[in-house]
Amino acid sequence: MTTRAEFTLPRPGDALPVREFRPDIVQMFLYNAVLWNAHRIHFDHAYATQVERHPGLVIAGPLLGDYLAQVVLEWLGDAGRLVSIEYSNRRVSYVGETLRATGQVKSVDPEQRSAVLELSVLNEAGEVTTPGTAVVRFAAG
Amino acid sequence: MSGTLDAAVLAQIGTRSEPQTEVVTRRDIRKYSVATAQRLRRYVDGDEAPPLFHVALFWPIVPMAQLHPDGVATDPMFPQIPGRRPMAGGLKIEYQRPIRPGDVLTSTRTLTNIYEKQGSSGSLVFVEVVMTVVDAKGELVLTEQTTRIMR
Repeated sequence: MTTRAEFTLPRPGDALPVREFRPDIVQMFLYNAVLWNAHRIHFDHAYATQVERHPGLVIAGPLLGDYLAQVVLEWLGDAGRLVSIEYSNRRVSYVGETLRATGQVKSVDPEQRSAVLELSVLNEAGEVTTPGTAVVRFAAG
Repeated sequence: MSGTLDAAVLAQIGTRSEPQTEVVTRRDIRKYSVATAQRLRRYVDGDEAPPLFHVALFWPIVPMAQLHPDGVATDPMFPQIPGRRPMAGGLKIEYQRPIRPGDVLTSTRTLTNIYEKQGSSGSLVFVEVVMTVVDAKGELVLTEQTTRIMR
């Protein structure tokens, strides 16, 4: 985490610290409980595999979006604020997989003190499951 | 373009939901933070909500009888198109300010667009829903645009 005092504007190409996640069935239960989402593909293994023919329990889509937000906020610390974030769930991941949430600075606007970040959740095969973009604005120096 | 989107479906563009008002509690933020493996102190302690907290805050609460055997309720905002179901899609959220305990927030959802595209495996129907969240003073907190694919 970066404090405001030591913060300087990033440069295009700068990588954000990677965060690794390995959500298990307890995490999946808590996440769907906190959403109040009863979709059985996320916590009922027999249903997910036998009825909906998934190879395992499906990791909830918005949780992957949240992982991208965490990569941004842990990097940003209190040096600025999140202006916007967008992502899309392109590829399904399953409980037991290890996912890497990554980010890179795509462009910086020194006038606006803002930056566009390119974000991805990657699976173990290195495939992008959840691409995203965020815009952050840094506090006045 | 095929005839999937008839006039009755397209006429639903502009449909607006009943406003939903919720009170933000520290406890709910802390639960969300554990459930999503947050590490920043202000989220773990519940002083501020993580950016996607509103997804949980405004998830619809429906009676058991309205949940299908798969555990999912039909979203009345989505058009009923025979043989098609809404799949995962994408979100775009624009923030005006963070959410904190004690906030009384009201969300309103509007069906803003329905359109069809030809994909490699047949036609895809895209449905866009915009949710606006305002605080007790009526000031905008965030807007969220959801695009979901129905196939």
